[in-house]
Amino acid sequence: MKKAMRNLYIALIFLFLYAPILTLIVLSFNASRSRAKWGGFTLKWYQTMFRNDAILQALSNTLLIAFLSALAATVIGTVACISMQAMKRRNRAILMGITNIPMLNADIVTGISLMLLFLTLGLRFGFMTILLSHITFNIPYVILSVMPRMRQLNPSIYEAALDLGASHTHAFFRVVFPDILPGVLSGFLMAFTMSLDDFIITHFTKGPGVDTLSTKIYTEVKKGIKPEMYALSTLIFVTVLVLLFLVNRPPAGKKETGQTP
Amino acid sequence: MHKLIDLQHITKAFDQNIVLDDMSLYIRENEFLTLLGPSGCGKTTTLRIIGGFESPDKGQVIFDGTDITSRPPNRRPLNTVFQKYALFPHMNIGENIAFGLRIKNKSRAYIRDKINYALKLVNLDGYEKRMPDSLSGGQQQRIAIARAIVNEPRVLLLDEPLGALDLKLRQDMQYELIRLKNELGITFIYVTHDQEEALTMSDTIVVMNQGYIQQIGTPERIYNEPENAFVADFIGDSNIIGGIMIRDELVEILGTRFPCVDTGFGQNRPVDVVIRPEDVELTSPQQGILQGIVSHVIFKGVHYEMEVMASGFEWLVQSTKMFSVGTQVGLYVEPFNIQIMNKPTSEDEEAIGVNE
Amino acid sequence: MNKKSLAFPYILWAGAFIVIPLCMVFYYGMTDKTGAFTLSNIITIATAEHAKALVLSIELSLASTAICFFLAYPLAMILTDMHVSTHSFVVLIFILPMWMNFLLRTLAWQTLLEKTGVINSILQLIHLPGLDIINTPGAIILGMVYNFLPFMVLPIYNALSKIDTNVINAARDLGANGMQTFFRIIFPLSLPGIISGITMVFIPALTTFVISTLLGGSKILLIGNVIEQEFTQTGNWHLGSGLSIVLMIFILINMVAEAVFDREGEGTRL
Repeated sequence: MKKAMRNLYIALIFLFLYAPILTLIVLSFNASRSRAKWGGFTLKWYQTMFRNDAILQALSNTLLIAFLSALAATVIGTVACISMQAMKRRNRAILMGITNIPMLNADIVTGISLMLLFLTLGLRFGFMTILLSHITFNIPYVILSVMPRMRQLNPSIYEAALDLGASHTHAFFRVVFPDILPGVLSGFLMAFTMSLDDFIITHFTKGPGVDTLSTKIYTEVKKGIKPEMYALSTLIFVTVLVLLFLVNRPPAGKKETGQTP
Repeated sequence: MHKLIDLQHITKAFDQNIVLDDMSLYIRENEFLTLLGPSGCGKTTTLRIIGGFESPDKGQVIFDGTDITSRPPNRRPLNTVFQKYALFPHMNIGENIAFGLRIKNKSRAYIRDKINYALKLVNLDGYEKRMPDSLSGGQQQRIAIARAIVNEPRVLLLDEPLGALDLKLRQDMQYELIRLKNELGITFIYVTHDQEEALTMSDTIVVMNQGYIQQIGTPERIYNEPENAFVADFIGDSNIIGGIMIRDELVEILGTRFPCVDTGFGQNRPVDVVIRPEDVELTSPQQGILQGIVSHVIFKGVHYEMEVMASGFEWLVQSTKMFSVGTQVGLYVEPFNIQIMNKPTSEDEEAIGVNE
Repeated sequence: MNKKSLAFPYILWAGAFIVIPLCMVFYYGMTDKTGAFTLSNIITIATAEHAKALVLSIELSLASTAICFFLAYPLAMILTDMHVSTHSFVVLIFILPMWMNFLLRTLAWQTLLEKTGVINSILQLIHLPGLDIINTPGAIILGMVYNFLPFMVLPIYNALSKIDTNVINAARDLGANGMQTFFRIIFPLSLPGIISGITMVFIPALTTFVISTLLGGSKILLIGNVIEQEFTQTGNWHLGSGLSIVLMIFILINMVAEAVFDREGEGTRL
């Protein structure tokens, strides 16, 4: 009885979280251009989508920015984590405090602060400014994902590697890096996802003519969203769902995450 | 004497994995009883069933004549000291100790007196304002005990309470626990995998393995007269050798006949023989019953530990006298130091065989 | 050791893209177009129009934070009890939905909430009165709860799953019943998670301009909408920055509250 209630509660919450997603998937097969009416089943949006250059351009911008910013953030963030281990406690606390600012601050403030910076520097708003902004808000996610791994690391294994004759670089890449790798990877994925889903900061740092999917959708809101957008989103979502399913069901059943139990 | 707790035919399984199988055990009032065994033997599960944190699949828990099997832990007249102390991290020491009393709506003055009394009892006067994480492991352990005993339980359950402490502290705490037990005059049920701890403190030891009780007895009895090879091997060091009981008071080991004191095993029956290493006397080759060659010597402080190869068996021997490696020696054992045990006959008993 | 110098790129980056931009917000917020010092951009929050937007923002974000809390706590407790792995749970409530664009997800609520939409059809079917909340503050609250609920669940879940089961057993052992154990042990020990969750919901809800644009029609202005308009339409950065400083005061209060409660530092945060 109690268990049934619990399961019902979980089911309701998940329904709440996933109902809009389901709606969008349904809409992507809707022959009617109106969101409100069901005009029969169609696959035509999936075909026209590939002929819509504006959408494809936004998609490629989104993915490229997500990938490049996640990559840059992962490198900078991981290196920062390593060096922070060697820092004095107080300096480290200050740097961690600064790292936390973009996470704690409102996105709108982060967005306008970066906009003001780029304006002052006289940068041309476009791909570069979006990329710089995304790297900035992605770094904290990488650091917060790598840092716990770093702390769990037994410092003796690095010393043991040196003792056994490895050079510093060799010891790092052969011994330390494999240990923090799960944290680095999950940091990268987190950063990639965050970049992909961002609208607010991109909104303030983009220039005319350069759009990501988010900003493209935002400008379409008033005119009405093109059904191709639903088709594209559904495609992305289902792809990720399938990938997740494949990754999480390996035959060996190995589970390695950044969390401690 | 009166049975305070009576466990009747307790069976408990976790996902098909049977942890306790039809176990029955009673605990007398005012007894220091220790559940001893390797990890996974069911000792902690037994304690948790008594405490009410686990309910048995079958069987009853009778407390002082009343069936308490389905009573929740908060309505049982006993308290627990948990393995890693489990102090409430958001409360100071005083609040921790007062927790049970406040639940029972005791008066302020009563609670204050009890805190002071309990802190004195565990030698931590003046610590009531400290937070748990500012205390050492040993201190936290004492607070956990204080927190339990202020509720005046009739039984105190202790789940490997000294497991996280270092050796020296552990030894000090053993004496402290005996003192506490005597001062309080209540029943202690103690769980440990450390045989030395069990031997030092207990009135009664229950040796468990793989969900079965192997032997119940006083520390002396458990040590000197183990009932099977598992108990002999788990408690202290021993030489366990397969032998044949020729007749009463005569056993053949490794082809040599040894006089002993055991009777009632029948004639020409296979048995297990236990000889403690301190009971093997090394003599000149002629004086021994067996002859052998010393193969290893280690200095252990109070004595030397030696391995002697004799009749194809590596004997473990402890002696204050040192014989260097390669020396020809004789081995002699007093008849009353030879302990004869039945060989396992059923599969169930086989399961309890030596595996450590 | 040259390890320390490895921090240099990040320190440089953090300085250039975190610290300096924030300083610029303060600079613009406290100067006028001629560059002279003024507090008028900040004080303008007191004018009827801005104050109304701010008060409405606070009301809506408080309401959505409260709803998030009451939805999230039981969920976090159930999940802790079920011993789901944190990893798969984070993916399910947090990461996976993000792969469906945030704007589209929020917009989908319009389809669900419309007069002839899915929810009203279902309500009609079971003979309940229809909901007419699209383009009202109610819809905005729903959008906030929908978008930020995971931010409340996660830290509470983390805090709850860190509680040693033996600590809970100890409370039961010392005579506490279920309610007493919850209010004296479990709830106080989950406080850092709750505070963290409140911060993580309240701040984005207070400062949003997207959810109100998408679900509130064009009539409802939140403080986020006002600031956004100052930057992208009116072009008065000084005023926009001044209002942002007001927002940051709220953020600061929240951060201090969190620092006080969560003495361990990080951990309950994602």
